[in-house]
Amino acid sequence: MAELVAILATTHHPFFYATSKLPPEQAPPFAAEWVRKVEAYRETLTRARPDVLVMVGSDHFHQLWLDNMPQFLVGKAPCYDANYYNEEREFGLPRLLLRGHEELSAHILRAGLDAGFDFAFSNELRVDHSITCPIFTVRPGNDLPVVPVYTNIFAPPLPRPERFVQLGRALRDIISAWPSDLRVALIGTGHLSLELGGPRQFGEHGPDPEFDAQAVQWIANGDIDGCLANVTLDSLHAPGNATHGFMDFMLMMGAAGYNKADYVDSLDLFHTMEAYFTWYPTGAGE
Amino acid sequence: MSKYLVDKFLFTVDRDPELVERYRADPAGTVAWWEAEQANQILNCIAGEASTWLSFTEEERDALSVHDHVALFRLGAHPFLTLTLWIAMFERDYPEPLRMQRDFAARLAHFNLPYPDITT
Repeated sequence: MAELVAILATTHHPFFYATSKLPPEQAPPFAAEWVRKVEAYRETLTRARPDVLVMVGSDHFHQLWLDNMPQFLVGKAPCYDANYYNEEREFGLPRLLLRGHEELSAHILRAGLDAGFDFAFSNELRVDHSITCPIFTVRPGNDLPVVPVYTNIFAPPLPRPERFVQLGRALRDIISAWPSDLRVALIGTGHLSLELGGPRQFGEHGPDPEFDAQAVQWIANGDIDGCLANVTLDSLHAPGNATHGFMDFMLMMGAAGYNKADYVDSLDLFHTMEAYFTWYPTGAGE
Repeated sequence: MSKYLVDKFLFTVDRDPELVERYRADPAGTVAWWEAEQANQILNCIAGEASTWLSFTEEERDALSVHDHVALFRLGAHPFLTLTLWIAMFERDYPEPLRMQRDFAARLAHFNLPYPDITT
C-alpha cells in the first residue's frame, strides 16, 4: 500500500512569491525572516521524500462559479495549468503547469464516493494560488505529480467544520489504502483569522490575534475536540469575514488525527498570521 | 434582491482586463451595457441558451453605476469579489502600497458584526 509520509497544513499567502524575489534594498523588513521560515518549512517536506502530492485548497472564484458550485471536488487530469490573470495582476504570480496523477485521482474519487463523500470531479481544472502557493513555498521545483482537492470555504452555504474534519480522516484512510508503492504527501492550505473586503482588512496584524494564538494551539496539539467545541459556521464570522478558510486547517487536523504536530512555526505579519505545521504519520521524516 | 447577479457582474468584469478598464472609465455605461447584453448569459452555455429573468434592483444598479463599494457591502455582494476588482481599478491612484486597501476598509468602519449576509 501507499505510504502517507507527510501531512503539511499551512497558510497560503499570495504575496510571498513576489516578496521573496525582491532585492534586499527593496524588500520589506519582515521579508528575510519570512523567507528563512519558509525555507525551513520546505525542508520538512523534502525530508519525507514524497513521490506524489495530494493538495487541498479552495478556488477563489476562478473556474468554479455560483451557477454550478461544488462543495468538494477532486481533479482528475493528466495536467493542471495554474494561476489566473487576476493573480498575475494582483500578486505577481507566474503561470505554471503541474503534472497530475490520474490513477491516484481515480482511487480517491472511487473510494471517496464509496465512503459517503459525493465528490464532484474535474477533467480540466486550472488551479489557483491556493494550490500554487504551497508549490512555490515547499516544492518550488514543481517536479512532482499532484492531485488537487478543492473545498468550498468561500460561497455559502458551506459544509460544516465537522465535515471538513471527517473528510480529512477519510483522505488519510483512502490514501493509505491506495494499492501503490509510492510515497504520498498530503498538503493543505487555509487561513487563520482573515478579513477580505471588510472594515478589519489589512491591519497591523491579523484581525483576531487571540483566535490565531488559540488556533495554532489546537492544530499543534492535535486538539480536534477542543477545536470542534469552539468553532462553528457562525462563530467563524467573528475573527474575520474570510476566516472560514480555517476549515481547510480543520480538514488537515482530521487527516493528522489526535497527534501533536512534529513541526510547528508561525510568523505574525500585517493583515494575517502565517502558520506552518507538519506531521509524519509513519515517522518517515523524523 | 439579486445578490447573485451583482456577484456575477463583479466576477465577469474582474476576470477580463478590457472590462476592468471599461468599468473604471465608464461605470454607468458599462453597467447598462452589461445588464442588457451579458446579465442573462449562462457562463457555460452558448449565447442562444441564455436565461431570461435576471436583472438588477434599482439599488444594485445605482451602487454599481457609481462605484459605491460601501453600498455593495451593505447589499451583501461578495466582499472578496468587490475587493479584488477595486484593487485592480483603483490601487494605481494611491501613492503608496496598501493605502487603497486601508481606505477601502475605513469607509466600511461603521459596519459591525454580523455583517450583511452574502449567501446567494
